[in-house]
Amino acid sequence: MIEIVRAGMLTTIQDLGRPGYQNLGVVVGGAADSFAARVANFLVGNPENSALLEMAFAGPTLRLETDAVIAWCGADFDARCQGEPLLKNRPIHLPAGSVLDFGGTKRGAMAWLAIAGGIDVPEVLGSRSTDLSGKFGGFEGRKLAAGDRLALGRTAGRKPSPQTAASWSLIPERLVAVCGPGVVRVLRGPEWEWFSPKARETFSQSVFEITKEGNRMGTRLAGPSLPLAEPREMISAAVDHGVIQVPPSGRPIVLGIDRQTIGGYPRIGVVATVDLGKLAQFRPGNTVRFHEIQTHEAHELLIRRERDFSIARACLSFSP
Amino acid sequence: MEPRITTLGDRALIIELPSRADDETPARIQQVCSWLSDGRLPGVTELVSAATTVTVFYEAIALKRFAAPKHDLAGWLASRLKERLSLLPDAAAQPPARLIEIPVCYGGDFGPDLESIATRAKRSPGEIITLHSAAEYVVLQLGFAPGFPYLHGLPESLRFPRRETPRTRVAAGSVAIANGQSCVYPSEIPGGWHVLGRTPLRLFDPNCSSPALLQPGDRVKFRSISFDEFERLEGTP
Repeated sequence: MIEIVRAGMLTTIQDLGRPGYQNLGVVVGGAADSFAARVANFLVGNPENSALLEMAFAGPTLRLETDAVIAWCGADFDARCQGEPLLKNRPIHLPAGSVLDFGGTKRGAMAWLAIAGGIDVPEVLGSRSTDLSGKFGGFEGRKLAAGDRLALGRTAGRKPSPQTAASWSLIPERLVAVCGPGVVRVLRGPEWEWFSPKARETFSQSVFEITKEGNRMGTRLAGPSLPLAEPREMISAAVDHGVIQVPPSGRPIVLGIDRQTIGGYPRIGVVATVDLGKLAQFRPGNTVRFHEIQTHEAHELLIRRERDFSIARACLSFSP
Repeated sequence: MEPRITTLGDRALIIELPSRADDETPARIQQVCSWLSDGRLPGVTELVSAATTVTVFYEAIALKRFAAPKHDLAGWLASRLKERLSLLPDAAAQPPARLIEIPVCYGGDFGPDLESIATRAKRSPGEIITLHSAAEYVVLQLGFAPGFPYLHGLPESLRFPRRETPRTRVAAGSVAIANGQSCVYPSEIPGGWHVLGRTPLRLFDPNCSSPALLQPGDRVKFRSISFDEFERLEGTP
């Protein structure tokens, strides 16, 4: 078991989401950076869809009631155990009674903490992730609170060991071909042609600022307005994580992992899958620029990331 | 039928049916959706239907395993979709959609907007109930919240825009109208539709193997019930 001593700002149980029910209005959801979550799970020897903890801005404090192997990936949280820094992106053995304190982060916003065995909550519609707006899944369908106790799944028996961290690390961000800080790769959205030529140019060349209006459902951007060429009503259609939609105000919204299934605003762009993890690290005041790529380039980036992750998995013959 | 196929980012394709605001389109969309969801499309994970579109979610990595050309995975899948759609049977060959009856206790605390809608429509509350429950609706899509149905088929005389000020809480089971459509709130959520009544039926239960009472394409009729009957039916699935 692990006990939540202090909950942090928004600590939830997530896995890779709940696909297959969007047609019933159930969002896929899951970890806001599914790739970071997969890497964290791999580092502790879990199947990649195991349930883990997602934290945002101010992390939790938790106490391990058993020996455990943990690994965390994501933003630079000030993570400590018994006063000692807890290094990211690597497996760490911790003895029963350890208290993990995640503090806050000055850069980025979110991190994912995997524990060997995975967090054992009941599956709802095939997933253990928390649907905050539907109020189901995860731990009682809600964010974690102080005093909650979480069961862990079974792991292969391990000898208790003192606090030791692996000497190597696997960094999810390094498995993606870079494109520069504050730059997010996008594909043209289905309604790209609806926007005025000026708006399309602005979208591709301007800098937008992340506003305070943001959560797991989406983030509103400040910056130049993106008007349509002429007023036009859209018939609602499916949306996805990373869709950039523009309401009549002309101010774009980037849809988050917990977006609704259907949206009714023109979609000027869609963030490439390999860059979805960057959206999870948006902080108010950060800036972002959108760099257009083609569909086949986005697929090549994705295929390359998977290939490099497979190679890393094969190389790190895993023996915790 | 010549559908247009466009991309939604690097993991979905959109099939767009010719935009005709007629009563055939919802049935056609459901036909396309069920025709494509037989599991024979490589790499496809999920289909999402809306009023005039079916969005096909896929995994690029999986497509590669089906020997799709690496430089044009999306184009390859679009061709497979077009092939499958060219074999789509005639609309007439479709079995008729199921009809679901939803009992509604109209007015009172359950339907706080029944009186104001009656006033705006220059009719009695009883006439509003008759109009709303005599019509047959089609589930265009589920969205906004899990199991939330957008129902097409609202009589012309009941077409009003949303409330100027949305409510921060609308009770689960509330049956409401706005923008030429009707809906049922599956859970307590904020909302701006005009609430006419409440159904005792549960529209969404995540712990059930078929979690949503209504599916896109279903036909729906409302039946006016008394408060006694509401209480008797409450809690039944």
